[in-house]
Amino acid sequence: MRMNNFGYLLKEGIRGIFLHGFMSFAAVCVTVACLLIVGSFSCLIYNVNLMVEDLNKTNEILVYVDSSLSDAEAKSVGTKLNQLENVHQAKFVSREQALEDFIKDHQDDEAFSGVEAADLRHRFVVVLEDNSLMEQTDEQIRQIPGVAKTRAEYELAEGFTTIQNVLHIASIAIIAVLLVVSLLIISNTVKLALYDRKDEIAIMKMVGATDGFIRLPFVVEGFALGMMGAAVAFGLEWVLYDTLVLKIEELDSLRLFTFVPFDELLVPMVITFCAAGLFVGVVGSWTSIRKFLDV
Amino acid sequence: MIEFIDVVKSYSVGNKALRGVSMQIEDGEFVFLVGPSGSGKSTIIKLITGELRPTSGSVHVNGYSLERIRKREVPYLRRTVGVVFQDFRLIDTKTVYENVAFAMRVIGAGEREIRERVPYVLDLVGLDTKSRRHPNELSGGEQQRLAIARALVNNPSMIIADEPTGNLDPARSLEIMTLLQEINNLGTTVLVVTHEMDLVQRFAKRVIAIDEGLVISDGMDGRYYENE
Repeated sequence: MRMNNFGYLLKEGIRGIFLHGFMSFAAVCVTVACLLIVGSFSCLIYNVNLMVEDLNKTNEILVYVDSSLSDAEAKSVGTKLNQLENVHQAKFVSREQALEDFIKDHQDDEAFSGVEAADLRHRFVVVLEDNSLMEQTDEQIRQIPGVAKTRAEYELAEGFTTIQNVLHIASIAIIAVLLVVSLLIISNTVKLALYDRKDEIAIMKMVGATDGFIRLPFVVEGFALGMMGAAVAFGLEWVLYDTLVLKIEELDSLRLFTFVPFDELLVPMVITFCAAGLFVGVVGSWTSIRKFLDV
Repeated sequence: MIEFIDVVKSYSVGNKALRGVSMQIEDGEFVFLVGPSGSGKSTIIKLITGELRPTSGSVHVNGYSLERIRKREVPYLRRTVGVVFQDFRLIDTKTVYENVAFAMRVIGAGEREIRERVPYVLDLVGLDTKSRRHPNELSGGEQQRLAIARALVNNPSMIIADEPTGNLDPARSLEIMTLLQEINNLGTTVLVVTHEMDLVQRFAKRVIAIDEGLVISDGMDGRYYENE
């Protein structure tokens, strides 16, 4: 294809957007609606996943150190704990600190008023990287010399892991279904736009245009419309997200929900929306035009 | 040159549009193709332009064998054949100039070449003063002349006109036929499919008559045989 033709075809593609204004508008609106639905759902899933992950992180293993060890020996157990692969952090809690916490938790209970620091043991609060491996890690911790006892809530950890896994699979499935439905809707809109111009395509074929020559303006048009749809959807998503988060935070006085700021989602959202817009516009017009080329 | 050798075209089992057509049209000839509706005329045009492939037999058009032409070769075949239709098939959103220039762009012509050739062809068909108009601002005769200009602009060796006067009054029909004759005088082969027998007789050219998928007569000087 000659360069002067390429320039002409690019121009024709852009011209086509304005020439068939209503169909272009419809295609952009459908793209915006579909991307907005997929985008909003993805944001929701991402935040819910993070919330579950945060909750899961509060699930820890409590490691009690043998009371016969000196303070220095007790602290050295922490080095061994931190060397374990699945241990994110092992925080030392002295028996004095443990007593303070104990008193804080039971200050209204007279039954515990006589408890002293010597009655308690030094301990470590161990936060794991992956809670689904809690049982194995607990086993490894128990093998460490100086560890007297551990306390781990396997069932709770398993529960969180199950919730996370189910959420993960469900979100992928729902986003995939939404994407497929969106693609079908957008592809049909592109088909309608092309149907509107089937006579023009037939004339091009009749005067000897190659399939590539006919396709390029439509693909340029599809690309431009897809990107327009992506840009508008992205802008709306941003506004919608910030507004909703603000409203929820106003109502959520107990701080039950935490949402990541949109800035954190900016780059993945831009990439996803642009890729989806590009895919929908270019692939949609490329495949939809095939049917009209058989003249 | 067009050559049909024992061409059969079936659309479905038992429904043969052409039942063994053989004919030859040499370069530079002016030929009328006549016959009643459903006789197979449109099938012949579609075979020539590569829209259809023969079920059996051979079709040769300007050096292309249509029975084994590759899909990607069809556009190049069509560039050697200018086609004019009864319903003009113009692009309403483009001006007269752009409708003609468009056909040149399709084959990769440069802007300079287009600026030289399009006014020449518009002048040839008498539309040089209307280059900025749109097709819907032209009369039927003018629209058909524009369609002829578009068919001519790439200097094809052959023009095929499918009922070119079907939508025109007798005076405009005569104008169009005269224009096609002038184009033929310049060396282009012209094949006109028509129902209008008075025009066929008036222009006294070679006439191929077709009926029920068979060539029933092939005569000179406007003479042809009609089935009863």
